[in-house]
Amino acid sequence: MTETAMITAATLDRYEVVIGLEVHAQLLTRSKMFCPCPADYTNAAPNENTCPVCLGLPGVLPTINQQAVDFTVRTALALHCDIPAFTKFDRKNYFYPDLPKGYQISQYDLPLSINGHLEFPVGGETVRCGITRVHLEEDTGTMHHAGDVLQSATSSLIDLNRCGVPLMEIVGEPDLRTPEAAREYLVRLRQILTYIGVNDGNLEKGSFRCDANISLRPWGARELGVKVEVKNMNSFRAVQRALESEIERQTDVLDAGGALVQETRGWVEAQGRTISQRSKEQAHDYRYFPEPDLPPLRLDAAFVERVRAQLPELPEARAHRFQEQYGLTVYDAAVLTDTRDDADTYEALVGAGVPAKLAANWQSGDVAALANEHRMALRHSGLGVDGLASLLRLVDAGTINGPTAKELLAELYVAGGNPEALVRDRGLAQVSDTTELTTLVDAAIAANPAAAADFRAGKQQALGQLMRAVKDATGGKADMPLVNRLLRDRLLEH
Amino acid sequence: MTPRTITELAAALRDGSTTPRALLDDAFAHVDRTEKELNAYLTVTRELAELQADAATRTLADHPDTASPLCGIPMALKDVLCVDGIETTAGSKMLRGFKPPYTGTAVQRLFDAGAVCIGKTNCDEFAMGSSTENSAYGPVSNPWDIERVPGGSSGGSAATVAAGSVPYSLGTDTGGSIRQPAALCGVVGFKPTYGRISRYGLIAFASSLDQIGPFTRTVEDCALVYAAIAGHDPRDSTSDPRAVDDPLAALHTGVAGMRLGIPREYLGEGTEPGVRAAVEAAFRVLEAQGATLREVSLPSTDVALSVYYIIAPAECSSNLARYDGVRFGNRVERPSLTEMYLQTRGAGFGNEVKRRVMLGTYALSSGYYDAYYRQAQKVRTLVSQEFETVFREVDAIVCPTSPSVAFTMGSRDDPLSMYMCDVVTLPANLAGIPGISVPCGFVDGLPVGLQVIAPRFEDSRVFRVGHAYEQATDFHTKLSSYASEAA
Repeated sequence: MTETAMITAATLDRYEVVIGLEVHAQLLTRSKMFCPCPADYTNAAPNENTCPVCLGLPGVLPTINQQAVDFTVRTALALHCDIPAFTKFDRKNYFYPDLPKGYQISQYDLPLSINGHLEFPVGGETVRCGITRVHLEEDTGTMHHAGDVLQSATSSLIDLNRCGVPLMEIVGEPDLRTPEAAREYLVRLRQILTYIGVNDGNLEKGSFRCDANISLRPWGARELGVKVEVKNMNSFRAVQRALESEIERQTDVLDAGGALVQETRGWVEAQGRTISQRSKEQAHDYRYFPEPDLPPLRLDAAFVERVRAQLPELPEARAHRFQEQYGLTVYDAAVLTDTRDDADTYEALVGAGVPAKLAANWQSGDVAALANEHRMALRHSGLGVDGLASLLRLVDAGTINGPTAKELLAELYVAGGNPEALVRDRGLAQVSDTTELTTLVDAAIAANPAAAADFRAGKQQALGQLMRAVKDATGGKADMPLVNRLLRDRLLEH
Repeated sequence: MTPRTITELAAALRDGSTTPRALLDDAFAHVDRTEKELNAYLTVTRELAELQADAATRTLADHPDTASPLCGIPMALKDVLCVDGIETTAGSKMLRGFKPPYTGTAVQRLFDAGAVCIGKTNCDEFAMGSSTENSAYGPVSNPWDIERVPGGSSGGSAATVAAGSVPYSLGTDTGGSIRQPAALCGVVGFKPTYGRISRYGLIAFASSLDQIGPFTRTVEDCALVYAAIAGHDPRDSTSDPRAVDDPLAALHTGVAGMRLGIPREYLGEGTEPGVRAAVEAAFRVLEAQGATLREVSLPSTDVALSVYYIIAPAECSSNLARYDGVRFGNRVERPSLTEMYLQTRGAGFGNEVKRRVMLGTYALSSGYYDAYYRQAQKVRTLVSQEFETVFREVDAIVCPTSPSVAFTMGSRDDPLSMYMCDVVTLPANLAGIPGISVPCGFVDGLPVGLQVIAPRFEDSRVFRVGHAYEQATDFHTKLSSYASEAA
């Protein structure tokens, strides 16, 4: 246990921690929220993905990206939200150089969805956190300062490629009670968003961003404590650490009889602490009002039901089904449904005739290791899902042995190739002819009399040397479980 | 040669008695002669006009029958309408030198019809004003009396048609900015139903009120221009997808049997006696043509002005936030961002714009929103409902366009008296309904306008009433001295 975690544990005896998270997730739409520019700016030169609309030039008007509305409704349904029949956009007004219009088009009092919840496991228990709302807005541009911050920079460059990218804000209820729960909430939320294909879940790149509101109150208190908003956390670990550090800081203030101030604080990863950015008095008055350039949206029930019908099976349900349908353990089912790609791959393998348990072992073992080593998912590897399926069918049929399969897998993962043809051409088929193997077993015993004697004397490890001898004699192709049985039978015959 | 209408010019272009180049030369010669006194233009677009005139010449030669009636005819655009590569300032120092990289939809539709743009017209800064005295580039003179204002905010567009430089121009109307200057300059000016003409490319003042519309010499010309630019635009989500009726189809059907309402509140104490007399004479003309006139009531008229001066500034305060010196237009260099913002906006905006930005910011502020903006929206709904009620009893409303004739420059230095100019025009903007002003007489040589207002999407009806009135009178044929000189 880290020092911080210990302090947190001590705090939890005295204060109830109240945490609510706000997540901003960029949508994987083709175009931006209000104009036809591409939404993906990963490989774009600065300000390449811009047009008069997202540059906020005089005279331009926004038009709503229907795909972004679909994606937000999809998200809202996955989070069990209600979708009111009437929703509208509002302007959030403030001045900043990365906001060309001087206002962000967002949603204020009539968001696209409300009243949802998210369930996730924390230390073996299922926790439920309410979702206040999921609404749609537009992202801002990005700035590069010649200096640490804008105020002291000698100059700043503005890139408006990100400006106008569809952004979904998911506001959670203050139902979370520990930094660990906050982390698990985010893990599950990201999993769902990537599952339903609306977000790529990249915290480092900032396509999935999290702000946290946290307050402490004595156990049993009815009133919430003074709330602090924590920003600048770009990993799950950072969220947990920042909240732990903030609990520690707030505990110190309260224990010393001090009063907390409502403020926004930024997490400084290098220093492992939060620092104050803006007090309540410095907070903006955003002067929200209905966006006059966009008529309100009416989402009829038929549309919502169409989106619901297209919703894929969500990870929790899929893991449960994997246990039932494929006889997997809770752990294996969770691992194999971690991403939609994992789960789809698994079902493709089983569908291609690979036994469920065999597919599970290989996919979560050697295949996962290779994917990690090459930073390349199976789907994009040379072997592909179909290639792996034919390889594993050879294993299942006893055509090749485990070690041969392992070697082939490693070779073909990157290079690609047809496993069946290779086994045939290279003569890799396993030797499982009892007569042939018995001859080799006898030869091995004859050539290694000491080992044979040791085994007979009860030294189990001595069998290894004999096994290796047979294996080598077949060029590694021997059916080793059969060799093991034949050796034991022979040695214990007398 | 007297200034001719679009209809006449279109015929002349087809019978070979003139050419687009000849019309263009006349227009530039006229502008050169009058501009020193009128100041109606901010930019003269000679190169663009020549290119367009030559293209129109080819179109008329190749397709004389299918070419638009607007093909080859010169026109002017209010300087709040964006044209690709042409300086567009909205009458503000803030946008001095700003050349949009795109052309707005309505203007593009005119260009596609073969229109020849001779320039960008002067206007109140960001279309905020009723006299064109708020332009950062000096006031526009009324061609009927250069000591007087042409009205506003589209004063340059009204004045150039009244002076006879061009047969038509485009303006924008947020609270009366087309109809009121049309009345004060003795020309026809039309504000369509909100959503009929795309606002894409119109530099926004108040998004929920702004509409583009034409200035012309006749109602028929007005309908022609409207027909060329109206209709749904996917770039403007507030533009209506319904098909547009052909406004010329019912133009000549007259007013016999039509029920016309005169709102008692629109002829109140503020109405000048001369204006009242001219408008009441116009009512009798319509009656003589078979219309039934009756008094109606729009009780919220007195609060409509207050509602307008909350909603319009609120939207303007947000719409004008983009003029921050960061990306385009004017910038005052300062070492810190906040100072740059303050100095840029302080130096770039004129007093009326600042006044409205401050009013709007206040009305939207936390703690005041409910009392001002929300309340104003409720009353706005009431204003719309009152029109709907009245339109169950009458087919159209007839009334003055402006309580007064053109006033002397500098005579209305208190903002409130200036705001009163729009008291009978802005309710139509709040309700999103169409209105036209047609010349209906003179007071001491200064024009008076008759306003016709109809229900939403009944734009054709205001043309029909306006045209019937025009056919029975000759006020629209009277020319200012500038236009007479062109003869």
